[in-house]
Amino acid sequence: MRLEYFEMIDRVVSLDAQDKRIVARSVVPSESPVFEGHFPGHPLVPGVLLTETMAQASGYLVLALMGYTHMPFLMAVDKARFRTFVEPNAVLDVEAALLHEGSGYVGTKARIAVDGKPICDAELRFRIMPFPPGLDDQMRGQAARIGLTELSA
Amino acid sequence: MSTTFDKVADIIADTADIPREEITPESHAIDDLGIDSLAFLDIAFAIDKAFGIKLPLEQWTQEVNEGKAPAEEYFVMKNLVARVDELVAAKGAA
Repeated sequence: MRLEYFEMIDRVVSLDAQDKRIVARSVVPSESPVFEGHFPGHPLVPGVLLTETMAQASGYLVLALMGYTHMPFLMAVDKARFRTFVEPNAVLDVEAALLHEGSGYVGTKARIAVDGKPICDAELRFRIMPFPPGLDDQMRGQAARIGLTELSA
Repeated sequence: MSTTFDKVADIIADTADIPREEITPESHAIDDLGIDSLAFLDIAFAIDKAFGIKLPLEQWTQEVNEGKAPAEEYFVMKNLVARVDELVAAKGAA
């Protein structure tokens, strides 16, 4: 993970197009400017960045399921729960599943665990829109970086 | 037993934080109730879930934008409710 660059997903472990589910893994860095403020002397991953991690796993799932034709933009976070602290060097197992496919939006349920212990979960919704110019190539590049492209093939 | 109108109006009141009494069968969701496109997606999600349907919002928006249908046909409450009833009936017939 590179928290300050919002690169929250290190690697996609599996993608199940039939069950519409993705599993990814990320390692919290040992150091980050984020930890200088959150909190001085007591580094913890902010809940908002755990939410972003769940959103990115969901987003990559949607991108893959839609064949990289549209971009999902986070529009709602429901029932978010943060159950325990996440410290530097933690290995995050991130899961997301498609809950509902609407017209112009999708809903997902996502969760993060560390060593099998639930860390957080939420229901997320995304507006589905055409790619802004140039973003499709960047997203394909990110998908390749995290190994999603080979799993989508 | 509540009517489709009551259920949809309750959803809109809850989701868009609009006083329930302001929502009538003649209310235009956009012009009268001030619901924007993002809020309408939230409403569509709640309606989809409540009725087990998929409101074809993208198709409606496209038809309105291309001048093939007036916005009132889909976004005045009594017409929206009629569309929901049609979708529920179609689901039951499938």
